Amino acid sequence: MFTELSSILNATPDRFTQGEFILVSDRQSDASFLIHHFLSFYLRAHYSAISQRLGVSLTQAREKSQLIFLEGLKESLSILIPQTPQQEVKLCTSSEILLLAYRGCMSMSSDGGGEEGVEEWGPPVLLVDDVSVLLSLGVSAGAVLDFSHYCRATVCSQLQGNIVTLVRCHGEEAEDDGSDGGSEWLLKGLAHQCSLTLHVQGLPTGYCRDIHGQVEVCWRRRRGDGQHTQKKLFQYKVHNKGASFFAPGTSSAVL
Amino acid sequence: MAAPVSSVGKPSAERPPFSSTSFQKKTRSKLISIPGTRPSVQNGQLLVSTGVTSLDYLLGGGLAVGTVLLIEEDRFDSYSRMILKYFLAEGVVCRHELFVASAQDNPDDILQELPAPILDDVAIHKPVEQPRLSCEPQDNLDAMKIAWRYQNLPKVQSALASSSRFGHYYDVSKTMEPEIRQAAKCHRFYLPEHPTQSSTTHSRMIESYSALLKSLQEVIHREGFDLSTPMSMSRNILRVGLHSLGSALWNDDLSCHDDPMHSHALTTFLYGLRALLRSSLSVAVVTVPSHLIQDQALMGNITRLCDNAIALESFKGSERETNPLYKDYHGLLHVRQVPHLNCLASQLPDHKDLAFKLKRKQFSIERLHLPPDLSETVSRVSRGELAGAAAVASACGSGTSGNKHLDF
Repeated sequence: MFTELSSILNATPDRFTQGEFILVSDRQSDASFLIHHFLSFYLRAHYSAISQRLGVSLTQAREKSQLIFLEGLKESLSILIPQTPQQEVKLCTSSEILLLAYRGCMSMSSDGGGEEGVEEWGPPVLLVDDVSVLLSLGVSAGAVLDFSHYCRATVCSQLQGNIVTLVRCHGEEAEDDGSDGGSEWLLKGLAHQCSLTLHVQGLPTGYCRDIHGQVEVCWRRRRGDGQHTQKKLFQYKVHNKGASFFAPGTSSAVL
Repeated sequence: MAAPVSSVGKPSAERPPFSSTSFQKKTRSKLISIPGTRPSVQNGQLLVSTGVTSLDYLLGGGLAVGTVLLIEEDRFDSYSRMILKYFLAEGVVCRHELFVASAQDNPDDILQELPAPILDDVAIHKPVEQPRLSCEPQDNLDAMKIAWRYQNLPKVQSALASSSRFGHYYDVSKTMEPEIRQAAKCHRFYLPEHPTQSSTTHSRMIESYSALLKSLQEVIHREGFDLSTPMSMSRNILRVGLHSLGSALWNDDLSCHDDPMHSHALTTFLYGLRALLRSSLSVAVVTVPSHLIQDQALMGNITRLCDNAIALESFKGSERETNPLYKDYHGLLHVRQVPHLNCLASQLPDHKDLAFKLKRKQFSIERLHLPPDLSETVSRVSRGELAGAAAVASACGSGTSGNKHLDF
């Protein structure tokens, strides 16, 4: 958990808004360090810290079944290399992949709801690492949007949990060939559905060793009189023990 | 209300599923010692050498077992093929097993062209001298009179190397002795030998890629590289070399059309390849003719699906060949992506302007140094060219638009 980011987002492990859909996106950059932040943040919400790099032990969380790790990579191999011809026929459409993923997520959450474990955990959190991989596997952006919509309906509205999704884009923002299969289109669609966006980009002036990029945090709050959007821009630097966030121009290398 | 935290994820490069294998449990069980590998000092991953020591340095000490190195080919596929041959030759010398797949040349021909290793260590690579931050005054001859404030700054290291040696050197003018080569076990996949049966089902991957993936999986299972097999047998590493994926010879129209029909075939294959590698003791080098692929977003997807990615740009045939700035080098090397396994921060090289040179006994990658600009015209040309060439798509905006912000 990055303490600076938590204070920027006004959230602590003990007190955070439930029912949120958080979108993390990047362009020509790598925003996966933010996934680490959210993972340790939500684990810490009901879990006392142990001295690891970010203060959370994932293996222990897994043992206590607080964390369930659904590895698409491992499961996918049986789909990609069908052992029997019947399997190949069955799983030929791309929406099958999403259906499998959705069923996997829902079964995890429903199982946990039924079992009375030693620990009592709070509302579920769904972390999706890299939805754009689904696009490279041939799934249409519309299907991915449907998937996120169904997940949101179940996790956020029904179970009062949170979702964090990572989307990766490539290239300039304006360039889009107009087809509805691109990641830009997916990003726009997901950004419309979410309540908090963290958009990671490189610096517009080029590569810098001390400042790895900039993060634009955008809150979309729905109040009674309409939508209210608040944006903040930060620069960040990732190091081994975490990431530090600072206002543009106030990097420690500059001051 | 008891509900567990659930997460769906594809294990991206920074969190490989090595936690389920014995590589993490170093304290409890004996560390597996496989010849030709060493643990990384940065994150404890098992590394193999690519055969090119300066490339090992760029990738953070070596190629991590279970990862893919993507090489974007240069225009005539001369240097990328050379690096592939170095990789395979290193496998022969370290007694790893090889898997070579090609659609263009017979894998046997590629294996016969492997460079000969210099085994008697004649070309000993002297470790680069550490920069001296000496406080005492240097020789009178070396003492700077005008720029004396720069006297104590460290000298710039142009050659990339680490202090400890890992990997071997090869003599490119000779080919490897047949006895050495035949001592290593090689598995081959030559596409014309695999007749593609036309299937009626609309599969996600095209026939050639799925045949290749299936063949690779069979080899991994049969020869015992799978991590799920019991640890009692002696383990070895499988080096996978895939030549020119994405070219038209693999029946892929990625490089032929602007709007290819099988736009997801290669990316799906790379995803499956990564799944195979993560669950076995293998390492792969894939070359892709990226100069033929017009779609930049697709190239970005391909790069992101591989862990390490470099691009070669040779000067052969371009006007840079006669440019006096580049007379010492054969081409430029761009590092597109370096994985950050088991750690947050990435280890991108500090310098973006790297150039390579193929010498007889070494493939050296060095930081490109500009000679001092003595004339107006030389400096104008060089700055513009370098800014275009050194645009790395990682944690930075594109180089050409970035120049607008720097002009004052």
